[in-house]
Amino acid sequence: MQPFTRVVGPAAPLLRQNVDTDLIIRIEPLTQLKPSELGPHAFEQIRYRPDGSDDPDFVLNRPQFRGAPILIAGRNFGCGSSREGAVWALMSAGLRCVIAESFGDIFFANCFQNGMLPIALPGATVERLAALAADGAPFDVDLVGKVVRAPGGETVPFDVDAQRREALLEGLDEIGRTRKRDAEIAAWQAQDRTARPWIWQLAS
Amino acid sequence: MGLTQLDKVWAEHVAADLGDGWSLLHIDRHLLHDLSGTGGLEEIAERGLSVRNPELCFATPDHAVSSAPGRTGETFAPGARLHAGLRDLSAASGLHYFGLGQMGQGIVHVMGPELGITLPGVTLVCGDSHTCTHGGLGALAFGIGSSEVAHVLATQTLRQRKPKTMRVSFEGAIPTGVMPKDMILHLIGTLGAAAGTGYAVEYAGSAIRALGIEGRLTICNLSIELGAKMGFVAPDDTTFAFVEGRRFAPKGAMFERAVAHWRTLPSDPDAVFDREVTIDMASVSPTITWGTSPEHAIAVDGIIPDPGTAPDPDRRAAWRSALDYMGLEPGRPLAGTKVDWVFIGSCTNSRMSDLRDAARLARGRHVAAGVTAWVVPGSEAVKREAEAEGLDAVFREAGFEWREPGCSMCVAANGERVPPGARSVSTSNRNFVGRQGPGARTHLASPAMAVAAAVTGAITDVRRL
Ligand code: SF4
Repeated sequence: MQPFTRVVGPAAPLLRQNVDTDLIIRIEPLTQLKPSELGPHAFEQIRYRPDGSDDPDFVLNRPQFRGAPILIAGRNFGCGSSREGAVWALMSAGLRCVIAESFGDIFFANCFQNGMLPIALPGATVERLAALAADGAPFDVDLVGKVVRAPGGETVPFDVDAQRREALLEGLDEIGRTRKRDAEIAAWQAQDRTARPWIWQLAS
Repeated sequence: MGLTQLDKVWAEHVAADLGDGWSLLHIDRHLLHDLSGTGGLEEIAERGLSVRNPELCFATPDHAVSSAPGRTGETFAPGARLHAGLRDLSAASGLHYFGLGQMGQGIVHVMGPELGITLPGVTLVCGDSHTCTHGGLGALAFGIGSSEVAHVLATQTLRQRKPKTMRVSFEGAIPTGVMPKDMILHLIGTLGAAAGTGYAVEYAGSAIRALGIEGRLTICNLSIELGAKMGFVAPDDTTFAFVEGRRFAPKGAMFERAVAHWRTLPSDPDAVFDREVTIDMASVSPTITWGTSPEHAIAVDGIIPDPGTAPDPDRRAAWRSALDYMGLEPGRPLAGTKVDWVFIGSCTNSRMSDLRDAARLARGRHVAAGVTAWVVPGSEAVKREAEAEGLDAVFREAGFEWREPGCSMCVAANGERVPPGARSVSTSNRNFVGRQGPGARTHLASPAMAVAAAVTGAITDVRRL
């Protein structure tokens, strides 16, 4: 996994609430493309005009937000489908951090699997940051110091789960870490075979 | 203080305490489908790992396969690679696989309960957010992303934090014309699409107890649309009767032993929940969505809401753009709105009880001119049972298309789409922008309301049919 320590750059405000993962990436590109190829399809349905050209009103198409690494989003961002492609599409479009009042649970977990930092902040703070972001001035998201530095100097501390933070900072491989605990898993399974044999003795 | 069902099932599955509130949770049942399962199997193969417990993994193609009569895994050509990948990698790893045309094939969330793979008190995951469906049998079931799919394949565990608990009690007699789908849409419309974020929802109350298992599965299916990764119902005699005799369920003395254990799982009477919600069934009407979030749900005889009356500026903007996308005018009755497509299917409403409800209303009626209406059974077993009862003939005579089992038009990952701008009444669970195809306008409703829309050509109160 790609580590995350600090990201500096414009923060694009997209304060629409309940942005679902279908809106972030439609399912069809996911059946066909590699994660790194999904960028052009991110937000496809609200990003392009019917003739396929960029919709100048869509925030990531505005000159000051092209290639922005940070998204400031509305409440319940990433709700809906479990598709990890939503995170891949955002990353492939150059994003590394999403700031919102709240997130869909599965999307939130998927971010940490891929080196993307989701930051939950109170709604009023999100709105204030979005206002400061408008002209494309750079934000500084610092995971080491757990702080967002907004243009103009305001600093906003944020909380992040300690174990997830460590995994992001180090770019840790979860499967590798868990495999080191295989003896514990085997011991658990051995006792469970006695306690709940029906889990293991599958008929048919 | 007593324990909740979540406390009990969680504690039973902790293979290691990882500190800071994290648990290494054992996973008892892992379901895989063509869209996320194939990638997960490829990923662990690429890393040189093997499937740790293939006997606990069950795979079937559903998302990216065609539902056209006579279909094969290649009928929808862009899905052929995923279909073949799931089949071949499942065979290579020795996991249970149910192929097209075989008993067991179907939407993963229909397949699990019907084969007795889903049991009370198991931890069950799948790379699909509607895995919460299996909570209808008292399982602790939740959707995961593809990295986590690979993690479960390689280790049979997940690193998880225990969610908070919310109990939703539906109390009172179920009013005429109200189906399980209406109950859960009403709840989401009342609490909002983010209310369940961070919670495991336990559905309780006299109306839940009165429901059969298929109705409970429908309710749990939409937990994720409330924001909750998992939702479940305490197992009871209805549950045990449903499980008994199914293919992978314990048999004989082992079944009795399992039931004795399952009886210990329900929340203790003095258990305390982080949040409690009570819904008075007298307030629940046949319900349908008008917008592009499942929280945009109103009684079918209600009025399309006016963004000017929205409780806050965020919702005002959301309602406005939803009405714009849906091509609806605020302040008017929703009933009477013309419909072009009707889809009866998906892991929400494609089981026998759903098809029986739909067929009862379709019998002797006909799909209105200009409406295309599909019935897509949830699994091969549902398809065969429905055909044995003659339901396929009822639907065909009424002008519906009867198709092969799969996700079909719920997700438009298989070439089956509602055309741009067309209006659909669908028994599925998501009315998101573009969910049923780019530009498609989806209204979520019960199978009964879907038939009412199909035969009248408009959104119709099923109580008036
Ligand atoms: S039927 Fe629809 S919601 Fe259910 S698993 Fe398939 S795509 Fe997902």
